[in-house]
Amino acid sequence: MATQEISITVNGTTHTSEVEPRLLLVHFIRENLGLTGTHIGCDTTHCGACTVMLDGTAVKSCTVFSVQANGKEITTIEGMTKNGELHPLQAGFMEKHGLQCGFCTPGMIMSSHALLQKNPHPSEEEIRWGISGNLCRCTGYVNIVKAVQYAADNL
Amino acid sequence: MSELRTSAEIGGMGHSVKRKEDPRFIRGKGTYVDDIIRPGMLYMDIVRSPYAHAKIKSINSEKALAHPGVAAVITGETLKEYNLHWMPTLMSDTQMVLPTDEVMYQAQEVAAVIATSRYAAADGVELVEVDYEPLPVLVDPFKALEPGAPVLRHDKEGQKDNLIWHWEAGDRDATAKAFESADVTIKQDIYIPRITVASIETCGIVAEFDSVEGQLTCWMTSQAPHAHRTVFAMVAGHVGLSEEKIRIISPDLGGGFGGKVPIYPGYVIAIAATVVTGAPIKWIEDRRENMQADSFGRDYHMTAELAADKDGTMKALRIKTIADHGYTDAATQPSKWPAGLFSICTGSYPFENAFVEVDGVYTNKPPGGIAYRCSFRVTEAVHAIERLVDILADEIDMDPAELRLKNFIPKEAFPYKSVLGWEYDSGDYAGALNLAMKRIGYADLLKEQKEKRAKGELMGIGISSFTEVVGAGNSRDFDILGLKMFDSAEIRVHPTGKVICRIGVQTQGQGHETTFGQIVAEELGIPIADIKVEHGDTDTAPYGLGTYASRSTPVAGAATAVASRKIRDKARKIAAYLLEVGEDDLEWEPGKFFVKGVPDKFKTIQDVAFAAYTNFPEGMEAGLEAVSYYDPPNMTYPFGSYICVVDVDGKTGEVKVRRFMAVDDCGNIINPMIVEGQIHGGLTMGLAPALFEEISYDEEGNIRGGSFMDYLMPTAMETPKWETDKTTTPSPHHPLGAKGVGESATVGAPAAIVNAVVDALSHLGVRHLEIPMTPERVWQAIRSATQAGNGS
Ligand code: FES
Ligand code: FES
Repeated sequence: MATQEISITVNGTTHTSEVEPRLLLVHFIRENLGLTGTHIGCDTTHCGACTVMLDGTAVKSCTVFSVQANGKEITTIEGMTKNGELHPLQAGFMEKHGLQCGFCTPGMIMSSHALLQKNPHPSEEEIRWGISGNLCRCTGYVNIVKAVQYAADNL
Repeated sequence: MSELRTSAEIGGMGHSVKRKEDPRFIRGKGTYVDDIIRPGMLYMDIVRSPYAHAKIKSINSEKALAHPGVAAVITGETLKEYNLHWMPTLMSDTQMVLPTDEVMYQAQEVAAVIATSRYAAADGVELVEVDYEPLPVLVDPFKALEPGAPVLRHDKEGQKDNLIWHWEAGDRDATAKAFESADVTIKQDIYIPRITVASIETCGIVAEFDSVEGQLTCWMTSQAPHAHRTVFAMVAGHVGLSEEKIRIISPDLGGGFGGKVPIYPGYVIAIAATVVTGAPIKWIEDRRENMQADSFGRDYHMTAELAADKDGTMKALRIKTIADHGYTDAATQPSKWPAGLFSICTGSYPFENAFVEVDGVYTNKPPGGIAYRCSFRVTEAVHAIERLVDILADEIDMDPAELRLKNFIPKEAFPYKSVLGWEYDSGDYAGALNLAMKRIGYADLLKEQKEKRAKGELMGIGISSFTEVVGAGNSRDFDILGLKMFDSAEIRVHPTGKVICRIGVQTQGQGHETTFGQIVAEELGIPIADIKVEHGDTDTAPYGLGTYASRSTPVAGAATAVASRKIRDKARKIAAYLLEVGEDDLEWEPGKFFVKGVPDKFKTIQDVAFAAYTNFPEGMEAGLEAVSYYDPPNMTYPFGSYICVVDVDGKTGEVKVRRFMAVDDCGNIINPMIVEGQIHGGLTMGLAPALFEEISYDEEGNIRGGSFMDYLMPTAMETPKWETDKTTTPSPHHPLGAKGVGESATVGAPAAIVNAVVDALSHLGVRHLEIPMTPERVWQAIRSATQAGNGS
């Protein structure tokens, strides 16, 4: 299959690669770049485990082709810790026991990040709505909501 | 346990220690199976049957093999050369790995394509040509049992019908007599539909065979790595894969809930493929495969009956069940209990007579029968009994709480032997229900309900007072393929007082690295920060049966306590030697031995650890370590009372869970934060089948919906703000007085929610609702009740 050159900036580093046009962004991030914090739970845009920030908006990277991200900036979970400092959301998930198996967690953190950027002081209902595109099978969400509230208070 | 014996810094039992596994997860640095990459690795994808039952006339791999990147196509014929096309199931039935002539359920594995990338493998799957001849399909277990129904398992010698087994417990005749003489009898059909655990991480494996050493390494999604290794060795020993040549590493798991206990054909094909191709093979199933072909939970068709006196005293219980096990019995439960622990169906009540029977049936559906976060079949048991109690309350016009309080096994009666033969260790059922009623304001809710009814609004209050049985098992009663269900811990204290603790169970999110560390901290007074817990690698962890059925704390937790105590015994000898006193002159408090009456004459556990390698009594072996393979004397019996308040929209049938109060008792608690988290998660997994989740099939055996598009998992929007509380009734036989909690909430919640919704509609004449209580189902119930003229 013909390939196409793309150049994507991920967590501040620009990567140029030749990819098949059909390569999904999530596979590009996980396999081409080896950033395995972004997970795959469904590949149908339902679970949110693959959520990353694309030019400042949260997207589900299982339904974006990597060529669509050409020339754009991406933040993944690995880009949330800056200079060894946890992002308040990361601290919040740990502090409030917002995770169990941890598989949904990177996607949850990225969706919550998008939420807090738009709405720094969300109500509980707004948090629940904000993460409603992310499924968690372990936690029952109560503590995830608390984790996001913790982050909002500490941002 | 009210008093903490250790400081927060030590972090023993009762402390809400922050989880040691979290730092890697919140940074995206966990290692799940799909994160494993090996040099030269190839990818596997699977061709699956579109038919639920068909003959395979031919498989043509030519076009697939010609596709760029495709390295091999593996079929049943390939595996047959090695006699690996069939495998035993965990219930001693047989299961195809890949078929040679017939498929038995939709999405069954038919062939596998091995290629240089995921995409090339998927391309190859499209190009494999399979010629099928459809055969008649049996999806209804009742029809499958009818005389003259086609025999599905004609491969099994002597199999003359579709009955897998008949199992029963209790006294049939005495129960029948009790029913004949009872004042009140009630009878209800209840169906608990087929559902799937749908952990967010699907199943997968990276299999790598080193042909020089003859060594197979598998990174796989396994809740029971040791048991899986043994099964692999039993299946493939004849081709040289003996047990010591197999290493299974179960790294971080993205949830399990029972779904990662079975051995799926995909694992076995990947292992065959690495041996055949000589390259490491990765197979990660996608969500559709996970939902369509992995083991299911439940699928119990029950007819449940209860007999009582007019005053509400419960007398006898009888349940007959048809269990749909799909095309092969690949259930994951102890071999001696084909219906699992369904015999806990007498629940929290002292029945004098009970009889329960189950028929397992073959149909054209995926194989299995896993627990979906419960102890084998306890959810079905709780659902049946707690529904019956409510129906009885309705029948004799008594408040359901009052009826329960009147009947509960009293707390003085423990240990209590149930009529079906289980010995309940300890309990205080009234304590839990009274607390739940107080916390939720039961009396006020009843008042509110009355007012709402007068206005035509639908509000319901539902109770479920469940008793669970967890901690499989004891070696008398519990085994998997003959492997006794003990569990293990191996603890080493190093010279500087740092600890490595290896356990035979495997976490899937329960936080074992933290709680097992806390057990050691509690027993030895060594700070949790100095304790590393490892699991999931068969080369390093002691043999254990794995994590499911809430068995980690009851069994491996006990092993960890016992191994710690063995270490303490040796440490005492060393401390006595160092302090030049007799062993009996020493007093222990977590972290140090001191001379009785002379508190400043002491040796810390760290002093002793150093001495164990540098300065120990003559004749003693060096080192400070111990192993325990713990065989529990009995199961543990956590319990609880849940109260659910719902509002039902009479126009749409939509159910809103307004409040949910969960009071749990799991004995002494190791980490309250983790226990609460487990309860939240369990409640959500109990809510899901009550309101949303179901796997159903059409007449042709086509799955209705097999993705998250149509399999409805609760999001944060549908999930209530769970309220929790606890009572503490320690288990008398567990070394820590702990009981296990991981699945209690999943087991207890559905009945509370159904009872609440039925209560909301009971004045219209509705007596029972099947789950999932979708808006349509509820609306239909309201409509038929009002059309029947029962409208208020
Ligand atoms: S993997 Fe992308 S939404 Fe589920
Ligand atoms: S923590 Fe396991 S799926 Fe969310």
